[in-house]
Parts: sequence; structure tokens; C-alpha cells
Amino acid sequence: MSDILGLVAKRLGLGLIILLVISVIIFFMVELLPGDIAQAVLGQGATEENVRNLREQMGLNDPAYVRYFHWLRGALMLDFGRSIVTQETVMGVIGERFRNTMFLATYAAVIAVPFAITLGVVVALLRNTIFDRVANVLTLTSISSPEFFLGYILILFFSVKWGMFPAIASLSDSMSFWDLLERTFLPALTLVLVVTAHMMRMTRAAIINLLASPYIEMAKLKGAPPWKVIVRHALPNAWAPIINVIALNLAYLITGVVLVEVVFVYPGIGQALVDAVSKRDFPVVQACCLIFAATFILLNLAADVGAILTNPRLRHPK
Amino acid sequence: MKSTNIPFPMDRLADAAREGRVSRRAFMNYAVASGMIAGAATGLWGSMAQAEPKRGGTFRIAQHDGNSGDSHDPGLYESNAEILLAHTHRAYLTLIETDGSLGPDVALEWSATPDASEWTFKLNPNATFHSGARVTAQDVVASMNYHRGEGTTSVAKALLEVVDEIVADDAQTVTFRLNSGNADLPWLMTDYHFVILPANDDGTANWQSGDGCGPYRLNSWTPGISASLTRHDDWHGEGAYFDAVEVVFINDPNARQTALVTGDADATSWIENKTMALLERHPDVDVINLPSAQTITMPMFCDVEPFNDVNVRKALKLSIDREGMMNKILFGAATIGNDFHHSPAMPYWPDDVEQTPYDPDQARSLLKKAGMENLKVKLYSADSISTGAVDAAILYSEHAKKAGMKIQVSREPNDGYWSDIWLKKPFCMVAWGARPTPDVMYSLAYKSDAAWNESHWKNEKFNELLMAAKSELDDGLRAEMYRDMAILSRDDGGTVIPYFPNFVYGKRKNIGTTGEHAIAWQLDGYRAASRWWFNS
Repeated sequence: MSDILGLVAKRLGLGLIILLVISVIIFFMVELLPGDIAQAVLGQGATEENVRNLREQMGLNDPAYVRYFHWLRGALMLDFGRSIVTQETVMGVIGERFRNTMFLATYAAVIAVPFAITLGVVVALLRNTIFDRVANVLTLTSISSPEFFLGYILILFFSVKWGMFPAIASLSDSMSFWDLLERTFLPALTLVLVVTAHMMRMTRAAIINLLASPYIEMAKLKGAPPWKVIVRHALPNAWAPIINVIALNLAYLITGVVLVEVVFVYPGIGQALVDAVSKRDFPVVQACCLIFAATFILLNLAADVGAILTNPRLRHPK
Repeated sequence: MKSTNIPFPMDRLADAAREGRVSRRAFMNYAVASGMIAGAATGLWGSMAQAEPKRGGTFRIAQHDGNSGDSHDPGLYESNAEILLAHTHRAYLTLIETDGSLGPDVALEWSATPDASEWTFKLNPNATFHSGARVTAQDVVASMNYHRGEGTTSVAKALLEVVDEIVADDAQTVTFRLNSGNADLPWLMTDYHFVILPANDDGTANWQSGDGCGPYRLNSWTPGISASLTRHDDWHGEGAYFDAVEVVFINDPNARQTALVTGDADATSWIENKTMALLERHPDVDVINLPSAQTITMPMFCDVEPFNDVNVRKALKLSIDREGMMNKILFGAATIGNDFHHSPAMPYWPDDVEQTPYDPDQARSLLKKAGMENLKVKLYSADSISTGAVDAAILYSEHAKKAGMKIQVSREPNDGYWSDIWLKKPFCMVAWGARPTPDVMYSLAYKSDAAWNESHWKNEKFNELLMAAKSELDDGLRAEMYRDMAILSRDDGGTVIPYFPNFVYGKRKNIGTTGEHAIAWQLDGYRAASRWWFNS
């Protein structure tokens, strides 16, 4: 067990270094955008005097590296500063949106992960039958379609034609939990359709890979029914690659959903990031990117630990 | 000669009246034209059209251009979302009525000295802020001074440069002393920046609290996401029929239309021109398509070769097929331009200025006269300027080929277009938002010493007329002056104005309106919340 804790600590340390490097890259990439923040905030109507006054107010006259270190010092204490545009704290700007994004990701994941794994096991069991083929074709079609297209198709049928679910996932504080689930069902379903194929196919491939192993042969010889062979004997040994794919897809559910947010008007963090980039709102951009980077690092870490925990040989090294 | 009187189908007219597609004025015209006497027509309007606005309900607006950076700071108002909210929870001294005339808002009445250099506004004694405080002259002074003086970041500063001093004569009277006559000052007060804010004790304006004296109180607002408002029961104006207003900011045009079609929204701003015709067929949706004062301009530097030759400028104006461009780029939802920056949606519009035609042959001969056959110029454009801006530029270059000139279109990145291209390159494409009066527009961008004189056009006669019209209180004489300026601008000016894009927006059929819409902004001058109502 202490080995695992040591590994986690080492990975976390490495993750922090990666985050630092990413923060430098983000900072100077944003700096390279053409135009000027004050100009971008004021828009077409800006005069030189307006721009000068606003630059002064925003403290934009310091050199970039000075501003970077100011920001880094704050970030270490979880203070990402204030939005340049609204003067609100960055956490105030993105906090609620981040919660919304996490909610939608969780909603989609709770449906998608069990669904994909079950489906993977079933198609492995029924491999090369018509069911297998149809499931593969459908999931591959949904993953190959752009997600905004999937979203529009779902809206067309589920809200415009049949009127079952609302097309706009706008939230309000007074909503009950069930209202919330109903309002966000279509965006969640879109995400489920997008991420299912990866996980389902990885489950299927990992299980089928193992079917030629001697212990599977043994299980069959001793008379175990096919579903038991797969669920009891093959699946436990197939977890490692499946967990990795799940982690990647979960990260995608958090960081890659800008288009779904736009189509369903869902107030998530992707929209905030796009807005912030166009307004040159450095603190918000950096905070969003750091959150995304941290998501990837943490989920990868979780995947590695998960892979070790499911493998007795790694869990009890000699 | 025998004249035939074709009766206007009364049942269709009645339907149109009931659904609010025709104004009372138009209804009377048609009804009387079809042989009905005026008294009967008035009665008919009362019985058939939606006579009484109904109170109640929650009005849900799907609004474009909402950003997470939107703020309460009226000096930085820029996005349509901010402007919609400003007209809903805050108020102005004056407002533009649905028929396009100037009406009272917080100011009940106003008057000027004969040279129009001093304006006095009497405030409405019933006007109150949502916090409960009465609107006083001090509040107005603080609100206006927020846009003036050294160190202000307000974008509207230039509009108030004409003002020397603003004083509160008593609690209900404010006087603006100007450094020169300006007959437009009451119109200027409708500019979206000039909201009335509560004053702090030190005489500054308090915009941070979000308090206002408009028809609805702002309960919550998450910029870029949504806003929720309830009726301000002590509002000083007439209207505000809805109990509450919910605004959802939807930047994606498809999502806005979906919201309207599925009934998730009762009205939506900005419908895309390409889907306009399809949406019109929907049984529950009205598409409203109105001329606006938004303008597409293509300024040429009049002090730079080859544009310093008036023949070249004229040739460029003759080489554009405006109607073709309007049909192809905006699906016809535009009003034709005539190279003077004064749209039919603005007051004093001269309707008898001859239209510059598309005449490549005449353009060719003008180029020959200038000794510039095979003229080659570069036109800068960017996608974000306006719908189809780059396509319009390319179309222009195709039209101009017939006149033997070559317009090379340079597509620029959206970022930095306003700082790096506009006012820097000698020939580029620009989009202007609506301005309330021709004087504001001409003073901003056509006066020879204006900071935004985008065409570097310096015409002495034009400037004299502009100054004279400013302080002319006789409407007839002023209109005459604006007509002369329009002609000067068309014939000598350095700006090609192909069209004024229309406002196209939508509402559900069960929303009642007066039939007329203010065209300062979309959604009835962004006052839909206080002017419309639910029919059922």
C-alpha cells in the first residue's frame, strides 16, 4: 500500500511541475494574441484616450513577466485574481460555471460508463452476431458525427417534433433536482452518444483479447456458462485498458464540451473560456486552462492507480 | 380614364390588425382607402384589433450578444445584451416612441433658448429608483458627469463634448449649458449610455449597484447566461404589462431560433437572414423585419492616391450593384444605401435624393477622365464586421470588374481589426451601429476634424451646413440642410454605403404589440419588455 501512496505522491509532484510549465505556456500564448486588452474591452468605439485610461486602471503597463509572477504568487494561494473585464474575482466568474460543467459531466458519465461497459460485455459475448455489428455501427456513427450535429438531431426529434424535453438547458436557482435532470437531459444524452463508442469498443476488444488465454479455456472446460466466463474470468483482467479509456473520456466530458454548451445554451465553463479569450481576460483564461490541465493530470493519475489496484501482480510486487 | 377601386380584403386586414402585424395608422389608411369612412374605421380598429393590452405573465427573451464580461458600467456599454438590459431596468431622460418620434422618459418636458445653447429638462416627479428613492436633478447631473471630464473611461464622452456645464436648478429641473447651439440634445439623451443612475453623496454616480429607475427591477444577472427581472410597480411610464421578464443570453443563432420555435422563449433578437424565410412559415411565430440605422460603410481616404480624385470616388460608387448585393448577402433584409450616412430609420431623412445607379459604363468613362483606367485598389474586410462582410467585398470586386477596375479583397483576422485596419488602411469595410440623429453620425465620422473621420473627407460646405444645422430649431430648415449634406456626401464624399442592414427579430404569435416598433434597436427599440404583452 505504501508503494502506491509513494507513487501517487510522485505523480502529484510531477503533475504540479507540468501545471507550472502549462501556466507559462498559456500566459505567453495569450500575450501573443494580436490587439490589446484595453482595445478589445472597449471595442470599436474606443478612442486613444479611453484606451490609455483603461490600460492605466488595469495595470497593463507592467511588463508581461512581472504580471506573470504576480499572478503565480496569487495562484499558489488559490487566488486567481480578478477578471480584467468585470473586476469580479475569477472564482466568482467561473465558480458556478465550473459546478455546472461538473454536474453535466457527472450526469453524462453516470449514464455512459455503466452503459458502455455493459454494452461492451454483451457485444463481446455475442461477438460477430448481427447485434454486435449493429451496436458497432451505431456507436461508431454517433462518435463520427460532430457533436453539434448530434445535438441538433436530438433537438429536432425530442423537442421540436415530440416535445418531450426542453431544447434550451438554461438553469435557474429555483429548479428542483428532477427539473434539472429533465432540462439537461438532451445535452447529457449528446455527450453519452459521443463517449460511448470508445469505452464500449475498448471493453469488447480487451475481453476478446483474453478469450484465447489458457485460464479462459480452463473456465470453459469446467463448464462455466459463457456470460460467467466473461464477467468473472475475463473482465477482471481486462480492467487496465478500459480504465484508461474511461479516464480519457471523463476528461473529455469536462474540457471538450464547448459545442454542446453552445447548442443547448448550457452555462458551462467552455463558454466562459471562449468569451474570456475574445476579451483578452488573462486571469480567467489562465484559471480555465489550469483547471482543464489539472483535470487531465488528476484523471490520468486516477487511471494509473486504478490499473494498479485491479492488477494483483502490481498490487503485491515481489 | 376610368379609375378602378380595388377593395382591400377587409378580413385579411382585420387578421393582420388582430395579430399586431399592422399599426393603427396603417390600418386606418387601408380601411379608409377601401372605401370606409374614418369614423367607422376607428370603431373597427377598436373592435377587431387587440384593444386592451393585458397585464401578467413572464416574458422570456432569447437575446444575442451576451458575454461573461458584460457589466453595469454605462460608460462601457457595448454589447446588445447590456443595451437590452439598460432599456429594461434603467431609464433615460428621453426615449424614442414606437412611431419614431421623441418622447418623455424621466424628463417630462424640455425646452431650449432660441439659439439652442441652453436646454432645460423638467423631471417626472413620479420617477423613482428601485431602491425607493425619488429621481432628483442631482442624480441626473451625476449620471451625465460620469461620461464627462478628464479620466472618464466612458466611450460616450465625445457625444457630450458639446456640454460645458450641467446644473441642477432645483430638485426637479436640470439645465445643460452648451458651448454651441445644439438642437439635437434631447435626441442625444436617448443614446444607450446615458442611463439615469442614483448619485452618491460625493456627487459621483453609483452604477455598481445595478439600481435603476426603469420599468423592471433587476433581481439577478449572471452576465452571458441569464437575467431575471420583476415589474417596478412605481414606474413612471405607461406599460410594463408583464409581471416578470426572464432574459436568456443565447449567442448561437440556431439555438435562439429553436428556443422561439419550441416556445422556450416568447421573443428572440436577431434572426439570421438565411433562415428568415423558413421561420416565417411557422404557424406560431412572427418574423419582424424593419429598416434600421445600422450601416455598412466603405471609407476611402480622400487625401491618398487614387482616392483624392473625385472621379475615382464617383466611379467606385457607380461600380457597385447595391440591390444585387443586398439580395445575395442579406436575402433582401436591408435598405438600400446612397453613399450618405443617413438611414430612413433616422429623423430628417431626405426621401427625394436621386439614387446612385449601378453604371459600369459611366464609371469606366470617369476613370478614363481621371487617367486611371485599370484602376487597382485593395479593400480590407473581416468576417466579424457584419453578416457576410467578406462575401460582400468579394461581390463588390466582381461588380467592379465590369467597369474595368480591380478591387483586391484582403481578408483580415477579426482580432484587432478595429485597432489595426480601421482608420489605418485607405479603403476598408466598416459596420456602424445605429446613432439617434444624422447630426451625431455626421459629427462623429464626417466632420473634417472628427477623430473618426474614416474617409479623411474635408468639405467646407458640408462642415458649414453641419454647424448651421446643429443649432437650427426650425425643423423644415434643418431637413433642407440635411438634404443638401446628403447630396454633397453622395457626390463628393469618400464613403461608399451599399446598404443599411435591417433588424430581423421574432416573437411568438401570442405576444401583442402596438403594431409599430421603435427602430432604434431590435425588439421594439429594446423596450419590448415594457411595450408588449401576452394576448392570452
